[in-house]
Amino acid sequence: MDSLVNYLLVSSILFSLGLYGVVTRRNGVAVLMSIELILNAANINFLAFARFGGMNMTGHVYALFVIVLAAAEAAVALAIIINIFNNFNTINIDDVSELKQ
Amino acid sequence: MSDIAFWVIVGITVGSAFMVVQSKSLLYSAYALLFTFIGVTGLYIFLWADFLAVVQVVVYVGGILVLIIFGIMLTNKITSVNISHTSMQKSMGAVVVIAFIGLLGYMILSTPWLVLSNAEPSDTTRAIGRLLLMDYLLPFEAVSLLLLGALIGATTLSRKDT
Repeated sequence: MDSLVNYLLVSSILFSLGLYGVVTRRNGVAVLMSIELILNAANINFLAFARFGGMNMTGHVYALFVIVLAAAEAAVALAIIINIFNNFNTINIDDVSELKQ
Repeated sequence: MSDIAFWVIVGITVGSAFMVVQSKSLLYSAYALLFTFIGVTGLYIFLWADFLAVVQVVVYVGGILVLIIFGIMLTNKITSVNISHTSMQKSMGAVVVIAFIGLLGYMILSTPWLVLSNAEPSDTTRAIGRLLLMDYLLPFEAVSLLLLGALIGATTLSRKDT
């Protein structure tokens, strides 16, 4: 368990699963959840390189920034999704191809 | 013992992440995402990032996941029992993503990573706080302004038209 490669492999699997979700899901909230998976994979990478790079704390600071940006992104994206639902009565992102009704 | 715990945590993380992208029900996806976040928290603890692990639980599980579940509930009619959704082009996506995992895995396994010697720190909060308030003060302030703007924007966007 004490090797960089294990963490990188886990994070690449998480990233790929998130990518799969973004590509195949049609529901807006589900796409948002997949994006959260991708951000978590990036964070695992930051922390793994921080730990195996001589416990360099810069990775921790960047991971903190990523978490903050994920929170901001989730709030704005959900506000947009709720607006889309109010206007189009669906959150299937394939049906929402126009800027106005 | 520590080895077993690590692989169990990896199994929980990857398995529930698979559930997130695969589950038919959107609510099941959200609950699986809870276990993914907790598994990632465990990985953070293995990576000696105690402060980040706590932040992960507080922000992701306590904030973002609740927000996502609210989003699921608000974007479905109460009368429609079936909160589900379909996926499209699953086989095509699976082929591309498996090829992508193979490519990344090959890259990771074939690279000679330079691992520096390291010792487990007694605490990480001191170093993080020092970095945030000295080297990364400007990004820190910028990110707090961004968070403020994003939250105000989100409330403005999602309120009812007056």
